[in-house]
Amino acid sequence: MFESLSDRLEGAFDVLKGNHKITELNIADSVKQIRRALVEADVSFKIAKDFTNTVKAKALGQGVISAVKPGQAMVKIVRDEMAELMGGQAEGLNLTSSPAILLMAGLQGSGKTTHSAKLANYLLHKKARKPLLVACDVYRPAAINQLQVLGEQLGIEVYAEVGNQDPVSIAVNAVKHAKSNGYNTVIVDTAGRLAVDEAMMDEIGRLHKAVAPQETLFVVDAMTGQDAVNTAKAFNDVLDFEGVILTKLDGDTRGGAALTIKSVVNKPIKFIGTGEKMEALDVFYPDRMADRILGMGDVVSLVEKAQEQFDEESARKMSKKISQDAFGFDDFMEQIQQIKKMGNMKDLMGMIPGMGKALKDVDIDDDAFKHIEAMINSMTPSERQQPDTINGSRRKRIASGSGRTVQDVNNLLKQFTDMRKVMKMMQSGGGKRGMMNMMRGMR
Amino acid sequence: MSFFSKFFTKDKKETLDQGLEKTRSSVFEKITRAVAGRSTVDEEVLDDIEEALITSDVGLDTTVKIIEALEERVARNKVMNQDELMQMLYEIISGLMQHERGAWEDFELPKTEGPYVLMVVGVNGVGKTTTIGKLAHQFKNKGYNVVLGAADTFRAAAIEQLGVWGERTGVPVVKQEMGSDPASVAYDTLQHAVSKGADLCIIDTAGRLHNKKNLMTELSKVRRVMQKVVPDAPHEVLLVLDGSTGQNALLQAKAFSEATQITSLAVTKLDGTAKGGVVIGISDQLNVPVKFIGVGEGMEDLQLFNPEAFASSLFNK
Ligand SMILES: Nc1nc2c(ncn2[C@@H]2O[C@H](COP(=O)(O)OP(=O)(O)OP(=O)(O)O)[C@@H](O)[C@H]2O)c(=O)[nH]1
Ligand SMILES: Nc1nc2c(ncn2[C@@H]2O[C@H](COP(=O)(O)OP(=O)(O)O)[C@@H](O)[C@H]2O)c(=O)[nH]1
Ligand SMILES: [Mg+2]
Ligand SMILES: [Mg+2]
Repeated sequence: MFESLSDRLEGAFDVLKGNHKITELNIADSVKQIRRALVEADVSFKIAKDFTNTVKAKALGQGVISAVKPGQAMVKIVRDEMAELMGGQAEGLNLTSSPAILLMAGLQGSGKTTHSAKLANYLLHKKARKPLLVACDVYRPAAINQLQVLGEQLGIEVYAEVGNQDPVSIAVNAVKHAKSNGYNTVIVDTAGRLAVDEAMMDEIGRLHKAVAPQETLFVVDAMTGQDAVNTAKAFNDVLDFEGVILTKLDGDTRGGAALTIKSVVNKPIKFIGTGEKMEALDVFYPDRMADRILGMGDVVSLVEKAQEQFDEESARKMSKKISQDAFGFDDFMEQIQQIKKMGNMKDLMGMIPGMGKALKDVDIDDDAFKHIEAMINSMTPSERQQPDTINGSRRKRIASGSGRTVQDVNNLLKQFTDMRKVMKMMQSGGGKRGMMNMMRGMR
Repeated sequence: MSFFSKFFTKDKKETLDQGLEKTRSSVFEKITRAVAGRSTVDEEVLDDIEEALITSDVGLDTTVKIIEALEERVARNKVMNQDELMQMLYEIISGLMQHERGAWEDFELPKTEGPYVLMVVGVNGVGKTTTIGKLAHQFKNKGYNVVLGAADTFRAAAIEQLGVWGERTGVPVVKQEMGSDPASVAYDTLQHAVSKGADLCIIDTAGRLHNKKNLMTELSKVRRVMQKVVPDAPHEVLLVLDGSTGQNALLQAKAFSEATQITSLAVTKLDGTAKGGVVIGISDQLNVPVKFIGVGEGMEDLQLFNPEAFASSLFNK
């Protein structure tokens, strides 16, 4: 159902193959393909149209048409343009006032309460702040309760006023409470509201005025469709918010709404939500989002995630082994254990370029490694160190020892060999540039 | 107001209708604007229709399908007036929305042995619990004996949230503690329903993203365990989709179908803006009927959905 932009463009240019005199007319079709790919990723139609017009102008200007691989040259223009639009460096929170007040706003079910708690947790542990959570959703059944449960889990105080139906006065009182109790950060959770609900929009406008938050954050579901345009604009008109939190990116959405919102309100996306747990909060990286929207995977995230988990010592050891071609199954096993610590397998695999598409219909268990581990455990120590020695009869033995088929063992060996190659490539390339080369190599 | 009586099978308060008026008039207006004053079906007209459909969240695949159907029926650059073009679009769109498994005419339960079991599933925050509250209200009003099961044992205060709906609607809620096994809660609920001779049993489940395999497997388990009490349960698996979700809605439907064989859909939060186009795409792409739509946060804000009526009202038929 979902074709990535690269696929679509390759397709569009296939048609043109052999035709060297590509004109403005001919390029129109691939421009249309780009537009459709973006719309398919949930970028708003109008933004997609503006975007493709810019891309078209650049493509004509840069003589993409005469490039050896026009499809790829075009993809590059698109990717660069997208990354630029998504913004520069990741932007943090501004917390200089005392207390610093954060206001969370957005549609129903977008993740405001969860992210209020996640942010409080993050600020407490990573930024040494003393946060107070404030429950201003007086409408949804048990909404206050929800924040209280989360606060209790985290050991963070939640300010609530049972029976008070006026969120504005609750927020004002909470700020007073924070001041007299030494809290330097106040995070205000509010009820979800539709942008077209005038009374509710007016209410949050008043709340905003009353507490003058330093950081008003628009919390939006990454799966949002075409409506993102209107919603973001309406909230921004009322609140002139400082930033955006893009939630539920642990799903498989392309997240084109991110581009829409960025283009419409030109506010930075400051955080992303990647799960229901309190730790599932990440900083936003524009270029990674650009790749995700385009269906190009997210190698950089993957590598950084890996780096977080690998301790330096073993990383150095590994890298030496890779360069000496001495990387064996024992090392692989060690890596598997590391990877298992990093989290959900499908999320990780999805970050590898080309994999996203290949995996979209494949199920990967979180215990996907069980079989691999079983096979490796059935190898002798010398086989593990020198995988090249594993011949046919050894394969048969390993298969029966691990309860797998010979085909499974063959696959494992093949994947292992490929992996060694890729790792070597990454190493020689070095840094991000090397990574980009690899991406190109894999596409 | 007249079209609303065709639009949805139930006439509701005026305030409710206003939300939907936006959808209807907006999709209609966008299309009308796209074809206004045009006398030939050229590239530009087709592009404008594509834009009208996509910005109404009809979705790319369905939009392309509509455009292609249109192209097939009219020779390029043929002279044609606006009414003819609108008629053609109406025929195409209403054709896409037809379904074998039809809509519900009323809040009336099919006959079953023992309680009718309805399990509600969906990704996080789409409106499952709220929809359950609304359904409980509707069926209770029809004189049915309803029991709710709080099998979302994961999200903070989800049990309390359903509890409030139980109080509001005067319907009992079977629950355990937060963190307990959802299958066990579902089991208890069905047993309770059977012993009390209840007519309808609605099971709330925790929101889960469809790409999380282990969470999807959990749903299959809930399903299996319920069958120990009521062999042909669940009679209905309702997937709730958020009306403002984009193309991901289709992936959700696919994945939930595979894990739990969904039998019907509810599309929520349609009181918002011009998002209703999404039901055109959904009706076309999925072979599961949209049965309910949510148009607000109150108990009354649920309507039965009728695709044929929707299509004709869209074109002022
Ligand atoms: N405007 C509007 N809001 C709705 C509608 N249906 C649900 N909501 C709101 O959407 C939010 C989420 O609804 P819930 O019923 O908690 O959703 P859920 O799917 O049970 O959520 P989780 O259990 O947390 O995954 C709440 O604030 C509801 O009040 C609707 O039709 N219109
Ligand atoms: N998978 C996933 N679920 C999330 C994320 N953020 C919030 N949720 C879930 O989405 C639902 C709605 O979140 P909530 O914080 O109650 O939304 P609110 O109505 O905006 O306050 C809950 O089930 C949350 O657990 C996220 O980043 N990923
Ligand atoms: Mg909330
Ligand atoms: Mg719920």
